[in-house]
Amino acid sequence: MFLRLALASLHSRKGSVLLTFLAITVSVFVLLGVEQIRQQAKSSFNNTVSGIDLIVGARTGDINLLLYSVFRLGHASNNISWQSYQHIAADPNVAWTIPIALGDSHNGYRVMGTTVDYFNYFRFGQNRPLVLAEGMPFSQRYELVLGSEVARSLGYQIGDELVLAHGLGNASFSQHKGKPFRVAGILRTTGTPVDQTLHVSLDAIEAIHSGWQNGVKMPSSAHGHGEEDLTPESITAFMVGLKSKLAIFRLQRQINTYDNEALQAILPGVTLSQLWQMMSTMENTLRLIAALVLLASLLGLAAMLLASIKERQGEIVVMRAIGAPPLFVFALIQTEALLISLGSIIAANLLLVLCIKVVGNALAERYSLYIDSHLLTPQLAFYMAVIMIGTVLVSVIPGISAYRKALQ
Amino acid sequence: MLLSIKDLRFHYPGDSKMVLDIPQWSVKAGEQVFLHGPSGVGKSTFLKLLAGLLVPSGGSITMLEQPLQSLRSGQRDKWRARHIGFVFQQFNLVPYLSGRDNIHLAAHFGGKGDVDTAATTLLASLGLDEKLRRKPAAELSIGQQQRVAIARALINQPELLIVDEPTSALDAKNCDLFMALLREQLAESSTALVFVSHDLSLANDMSRVESLEDINQAGRGS
Repeated sequence: MFLRLALASLHSRKGSVLLTFLAITVSVFVLLGVEQIRQQAKSSFNNTVSGIDLIVGARTGDINLLLYSVFRLGHASNNISWQSYQHIAADPNVAWTIPIALGDSHNGYRVMGTTVDYFNYFRFGQNRPLVLAEGMPFSQRYELVLGSEVARSLGYQIGDELVLAHGLGNASFSQHKGKPFRVAGILRTTGTPVDQTLHVSLDAIEAIHSGWQNGVKMPSSAHGHGEEDLTPESITAFMVGLKSKLAIFRLQRQINTYDNEALQAILPGVTLSQLWQMMSTMENTLRLIAALVLLASLLGLAAMLLASIKERQGEIVVMRAIGAPPLFVFALIQTEALLISLGSIIAANLLLVLCIKVVGNALAERYSLYIDSHLLTPQLAFYMAVIMIGTVLVSVIPGISAYRKALQ
Repeated sequence: MLLSIKDLRFHYPGDSKMVLDIPQWSVKAGEQVFLHGPSGVGKSTFLKLLAGLLVPSGGSITMLEQPLQSLRSGQRDKWRARHIGFVFQQFNLVPYLSGRDNIHLAAHFGGKGDVDTAATTLLASLGLDEKLRRKPAAELSIGQQQRVAIARALINQPELLIVDEPTSALDAKNCDLFMALLREQLAESSTALVFVSHDLSLANDMSRVESLEDINQAGRGS
């Protein structure tokens, strides 16, 4: 009876109720949407690498090392000599290493020289390995494996040939024209910078640079030195997997204090969190704006109800005459407010799921941002509970007004 | 005795002027009392006291051997729902509920269970057909609303029915119809009636006709 009374009362004031409902729905949608994108962005960010114990590079800042080795952003301040790499890789605690050589590009996408171990040991997300959508890892010198976005946006397929450019510009003047590469494999989408990378072997990096000095091609040099020694002199960085996690800090200290070369080792997880921390101001600003929008619409709800109390005076007198206690009238106002908020939360959730379904693919393709349409996370459930509690709090104002009318 | 008042005094909080001072007054079970008097003599206040919506400043109101002033506020609300029916001048119904739901709401507060059959019978005997019973009260004419109000007031079979200027918003034809229907309903029950109006022509057939000015001694020079 009580619920029917509240519903009938709302129905009798459709116009103002509908507008209030829409205002709250939009603001709940913004709040939940911002929160969902924030969470997904954070988790996809933190999932950029996993299962890698240390990243080693020339001595620089922690974040700089992470940016160029994992996110392919910025430049290495220096390289690591092959001897140092070999020395650390030979440590008995080291299970595997993935060398990384950067510096070339193709149409603005970075080229990474590495070994086949990359495809075996690199992990992202919740310990997910790289999977080839098509083809095979590189086995010949002039073969490469494309990240999914590179293949999609440039329209490459298995067997296509392409030329790498020296340096990182979008339109480089010095191209490794004599040495075209054949696409051997295309990786499945990961939602990480791997999608924007072209992977070649270290040998290939050496081979296309043979005869180059100081970043300039020597005119006299011949092409296709099939038989020469292609062991690199240096690499940009390398990733390390250990046999036992217990050795992480010892090895990190050893590398940081390595005498022959100024090296630095970072724990990727720790540095990822540091990097995310730097963005927390923006994150909090977004949340604050969403919360204020919500507060504004909840106050609108209270104002709408308060304005209705005056016209409901007759109704309140009737209820009191037939035996309704003043608290019943108070509870009726509260219930009406809660029904509007609950309806808004449900509508906002449906709207959000719909939006994610519609624009989710575009976000994934363009920004490699994967938004989960599963909304019942503890965090979002917490927000919805806060909205309901907020509704109860703001509707105390019209509730008390009705209560006092009922006492008269 | 259904209702008896002894040394009832009432003034509004924060105002020392005595509104009501009634040494003695009573209503027997099934009795029909017509109470008249010019406006401003405290008729509405008196009815609110009888209904337990206001508490006396002094003295006692005893109904069915229960002193109303000794009940707590929530108990008085329940008491009113179970034992007292109310019909006002107008705005007797929750406007967005149908006539039927208004009756159900009253039954809900009166602690009655299923009143569907009783409500249908009552509304039919008041000349309200099925279509009218389902309409929101706000869409009914005032005459129809007042008839639903009688049904609403009687659904819990109260011992006392309080009626406050019920016909002042009705035209002559509807006024006669209302009075006829009210008499008809009361003839079939043992419910006592306190009927307040300034219109003495409505006092026919009432067992007692009294002026509130006569029973209320407040404001007399003493």
